[in-house]
Amino acid sequence: MFSRWLERNIKYVFPLPAVLFVLIMMVFPIAYTLRLSFFDWSMSSLVPPQWVGLGNYKTLIFSDPRFWPSISRTFSFTIAAVVVETVLGIIIALLFNQDFKGKNVLKTLFLLPMIATPVAIGLVWMLIYEPNIGLANKVLQLLHIPPQLWLASPKQVLTSLVVVDVWQWTPMIALMVLAGLTSLPTEPYEAALVDGATRWQMLTRITLPLLKPTILVAVLLRSIDALKTFDIIYSMTGGGPDFHSETINIYSFVQGFSYFKLGMTSALLMIFFVIVLAISFILVSARKGGET
Amino acid sequence: MNKPRKLLRGVAVVLSLAMSLGLVAGCGSSQAPKPNASTDKPYAGTQLRVVFANHPWSDALKAQLPEFEQKTGIKVNAENYFEDQLTQKLTVELTSGSTTIDAFMFRPLQEGKLFATNGWLNDIGSYTQKDTAWNVGDFNKGAIGTVTMNQKLYGVPLVTEREIMYYRKDILQQNNIPVPKTLDELVAAAKKLNDPSKGIYGFVARGQRSPAVTQLSSFLYSSGGDFAKDGKATINTPEALKAYQTYGDLLRLYGPPGTLNMAWPQAFAIFQQGKAVFLTDADSLYTNLTDPKKSTVSDQVGFAPFPAGTAGAKPYNITSWALGMNAKSQNQAATWEFIKWATSKEEVLKMQQAGNPGARESVWNDPEGLKTFPKEYADTVKASMKDSVDHDRPVVIDIGPARDAVGGPIQAAIQGQDIAAAANAGNTALQAILDKEKK
Repeated sequence: MFSRWLERNIKYVFPLPAVLFVLIMMVFPIAYTLRLSFFDWSMSSLVPPQWVGLGNYKTLIFSDPRFWPSISRTFSFTIAAVVVETVLGIIIALLFNQDFKGKNVLKTLFLLPMIATPVAIGLVWMLIYEPNIGLANKVLQLLHIPPQLWLASPKQVLTSLVVVDVWQWTPMIALMVLAGLTSLPTEPYEAALVDGATRWQMLTRITLPLLKPTILVAVLLRSIDALKTFDIIYSMTGGGPDFHSETINIYSFVQGFSYFKLGMTSALLMIFFVIVLAISFILVSARKGGET
Repeated sequence: MNKPRKLLRGVAVVLSLAMSLGLVAGCGSSQAPKPNASTDKPYAGTQLRVVFANHPWSDALKAQLPEFEQKTGIKVNAENYFEDQLTQKLTVELTSGSTTIDAFMFRPLQEGKLFATNGWLNDIGSYTQKDTAWNVGDFNKGAIGTVTMNQKLYGVPLVTEREIMYYRKDILQQNNIPVPKTLDELVAAAKKLNDPSKGIYGFVARGQRSPAVTQLSSFLYSSGGDFAKDGKATINTPEALKAYQTYGDLLRLYGPPGTLNMAWPQAFAIFQQGKAVFLTDADSLYTNLTDPKKSTVSDQVGFAPFPAGTAGAKPYNITSWALGMNAKSQNQAATWEFIKWATSKEEVLKMQQAGNPGARESVWNDPEGLKTFPKEYADTVKASMKDSVDHDRPVVIDIGPARDAVGGPIQAAIQGQDIAAAANAGNTALQAILDKEKK
């Protein structure tokens, strides 16, 4: 009996684990977060969540002094990091596309930051940036540049964090672009050579246009990743000094696990979810537009 | 039926079996064995889950655990977390009504009030009254006060701490400067000894928004202020502004660069590297400075009571860590056995000898209890217990936002910004929290 039933329904049985997984681990949490964002709840088992409707959203958008700065910081951080990473990544990929001695060793070394644990990276960079005994100021000293405060300065903290992100994630963009480069056809280059094109012309007229889809995918993946950067910021500054590196992720964490305002946290995360969704949508459609 | 089909079906069966097994396994529960009253080990075989903070006290106690397990037959499963992660872990587990945690370390002033109002901490008053040999009366009154709410005892004090002043003996001696007894003297000495060109700074302390609040508190009390009085926030009073100003000036003018981002590990690191003359922080952290493995100035560390302000010297004197019982624990009697043992006179003595200032007065009065402390340190601690304040942060449930509110003016002061404006903003935020909790 059972085997018969199985036989007939095998097309449902096989995807079932995957479907269940998505339902339990993704759809349910998002739905629950959405619901919680309409409540005021401080994680108390005695005081149940209280319905406040759109109250949390209103507070955030209209009267919370930390919400808008955290949004703008999230974007400055993402844009700065992704732009620098993309430019550097493409240059490095073009370099690695040449043949030279020790290329493979160098390529491996270059990928190391990407596979290191972000929290460990954060702790190491914290030491590097330490204004009194850190390596960064020692290097500046050698170059006769006055020492900087790095993470301890409200003005420099975000830039300092971008540097770490660039250090860690440029290899990913380079790797993707490099993969794209190796799959490029050779005919256009031969034709260009025959026509007497310069190397610069070949780069800007052939290589980059052909690479565009690859680069867009790399930018898309990297942007979504950079938007939700949490670990290095949390481990290095915790959002400080004076909230000047508090991105929306850090702010959500503080609201949730240090203030225990779960409703407010959910509202923050829903707003963030919509933002990420919108950006992915824009980037994906840009990519589709590029292909046709 | 052909072969691939058969294989397919086999895989499907295995998969669905595995999934249902997973579901069943999730529902399993562990049962505690029944107490056996006939032996001298009534709780033998009971397993306790105890959640510790990463703290020297935990390390010292865990070394003693085998003795307890042998004596009672109770098995203690210990878990360890850093303090912030500990709060998060406990909050999440206890919110979900976890029964598997039996005992845990908590910070009475940080999360005690929240945990007690949420009904997560068991009232252990009945146990402590029954066990006269254990003697609750031996504990320092102020320390018991921090774990008592509405006449209920929610935990046993483990580690107590006070703010003291650490200083560099050699530098003071070389410059012929006496140990500052007042805040004004401290400021003058820090100014005189501050020499950035040689990499020596007059003063260092925490400057990070929330961590700095507790170490600001003694400045606040000694200037005649407090965080709140009779339900009114008072961090923008003239006394409070003076405290903010002093603390901020010390760090801004005579402190190393980067104090804005320093919690205690960073501030202590500066002192350990021999780059600071004065440091005000908790006395319970002193081994970080005197341990030659960590500190380059381990033999030059001086200890002195917190300097007097206009209102005298009023350091905080608090219970920084306590041991509590989960109200939903399934093994309450056995858990009490554990708590009783961990806070017994013998164990407290051992813990104190390992460098953890405890709360038992008999241990403080016992020369044995002081023998591992440097003499100057023991004197300083005893002196700091006298005219002290029993809290080091605003006493509220919503402690996270309250600390951020109080910490705002500290960061403004360190940056040389308008302290009064920051204090007004902080006061409004603190008042809102106080008002909300009064309801």
